[in-house]
Amino acid sequence: MARDTISAAPGGIAAPASQPTTTASQPVTGAVTGVTTRRRKRASIGRIALYTILTITALVWLIPLVTSLYTAIRTFGDTTQYGPWSFPPHSFTLANFSQAWVQGDFSQYFLNTFLVVIPSIVLMLLGSSMTAYVLARHEFRGRKFLYVTYVAGMLLPYQVLIIPVYWLSNQLNIYNTPLALIAIFTTFEFGFCTFVLYGFMRGIPKELTDAAFVDGASAFQVWWRIILPLCMPALATLATLEFTWKWNDYLWPITLISDSRWFTVTAGLGQLQGEFVNNWNEITAGALLVAIPTLIIYVALQRYFIGGLLVGSNK
Amino acid sequence: MQPARRSRKRGWSLDRITLILFVAVPLFFYMIWVWGPTAATIALSFTHFDGITSPTFNGLTNYVRLAQDPQFHQALFNNLIWLFAFLTLPLAGGLALAVALDRKIRFSRFYQSAIYLPMVLALPVIALMFQWFFLPSDGLVNTILHALSNNRLSPGWLADPHLALSTILIAAIWRQVGYVMILYLAGLKGIDPAMREAAYIDGAGEWKLFRNVTFPLLRPVTIIVLVISVIEALRAFDLVWVMTGQEPGYAEVLATLMYREAIHNYEAGYGSAVAVALFLISLGFIITYLIRQLRTEEEL
Repeated sequence: MARDTISAAPGGIAAPASQPTTTASQPVTGAVTGVTTRRRKRASIGRIALYTILTITALVWLIPLVTSLYTAIRTFGDTTQYGPWSFPPHSFTLANFSQAWVQGDFSQYFLNTFLVVIPSIVLMLLGSSMTAYVLARHEFRGRKFLYVTYVAGMLLPYQVLIIPVYWLSNQLNIYNTPLALIAIFTTFEFGFCTFVLYGFMRGIPKELTDAAFVDGASAFQVWWRIILPLCMPALATLATLEFTWKWNDYLWPITLISDSRWFTVTAGLGQLQGEFVNNWNEITAGALLVAIPTLIIYVALQRYFIGGLLVGSNK
Repeated sequence: MQPARRSRKRGWSLDRITLILFVAVPLFFYMIWVWGPTAATIALSFTHFDGITSPTFNGLTNYVRLAQDPQFHQALFNNLIWLFAFLTLPLAGGLALAVALDRKIRFSRFYQSAIYLPMVLALPVIALMFQWFFLPSDGLVNTILHALSNNRLSPGWLADPHLALSTILIAAIWRQVGYVMILYLAGLKGIDPAMREAAYIDGAGEWKLFRNVTFPLLRPVTIIVLVISVIEALRAFDLVWVMTGQEPGYAEVLATLMYREAIHNYEAGYGSAVAVALFLISLGFIITYLIRQLRTEEEL
């Protein structure tokens, strides 16, 4: 009986509409009414100038990426003989990418990074949603203190942690293993995730959880079957954003991992630069390889990513 | 029904244990990996510590050294330059772009996507791209400069001690503009069009409209952008570390100084003092932010 009520609830009720995450993740497209229409007639020269400036800015912004790609798809011989900026290219190759992937050990680095990032995100979201749930739904002594602990923690500069965390991982014998990275990746963003999820959970109507309690659901069931499913938009946003951040993180891997066998992609990229000293065809190919997963996220999950940035802007 | 719920909260019921575990388990790990180390860093800053053997108390020695260390002054100065750079170009540029893109404009998505694309790239990736871009011999920038100046103009960029920081800042700004733009765009969406409409009907010109209506309404966003700029400017590490090949020299910032001292030079005590200095500088902003946050919390 109770079970039925609970499992029926998430389907029947839409996620709270007034939440920051849902509003924030709407695609950002222009919609200012009458003012613009009138203005358009008035100043078409202004509009041409506007388009010109915007187009130039956007193209300039793409230059670093495009030039890297242009170098990465040419052979070393081609760029040395004709110069790296000769156009059209005298060669087209994907060998630089496969070289970085195989010789540069990027296949290993990719695996290592996934091995660290995925468990961290799962553990982090579980932990912070548990805390956020208790904070949002239950009154108890020290509640405010707990809230402050997390909110203040999310503003700590990571530099303050490096030395003791380095020492701690040594003491726990997890230095130079993925566990060290999982430990810090899981906990470091607890504050931020708790903060975001707490805000989101406050928007879930109290009647929902109260009704479940009345029907005899336990606190665990309420969290697992009502709160978590309703928090899906927020969880998806956080997962997208945190994946990008953790994938891109550089400081922790170079601090906690010294053996290239366990390097993540960013640490491996530094290694690549040392290996292929002046072979920029290889280096740019490696850099682009590292960027691919985040670029996929950017294209496929842009909505979540921006939504996360906006919520994360409080960070 | 209400009493039934109340009784649930008393005594050592299963729910109570669940809730305690829900709070205690994450908190335990948070204390061990985040707050504990923060406290430890503060404690270590009053010790001589090589990172391996046990630390010995040496009072304010590290801080005295800090005050006299020209490298520390250089790093602090560079962080301030970084902050100044973030508070000018990306702020103005991001705001201008947001205002431009907020109008009904074609290809708006393309423009936005191009400008905030750097946000998803790893900083070491950005660092390498710009290193290649600014390479003194073969880089695109110098190739163009050589062609334009008949080979007379050939700045060393990252290799030039006086240009290194500026070159790094170009990469940092390239990334930051999109961030600021997205924040302001979201802020602009939140403004009631009727307010601007009203001002427009009152005969306010474009600039007046922006200055007297739009910008003041964006105040909350501006505060967030300021806080972010400060924090990002103080945290700067990756770009400097990669672009200078781990030897920042004149481009040293607090984070790289701290890292070099603590991890490379086995001066963890002194490194901690640098970290604490960095922490103290950002503390003012953290407290301001917290007070604001707690106030909104009370309103809930």
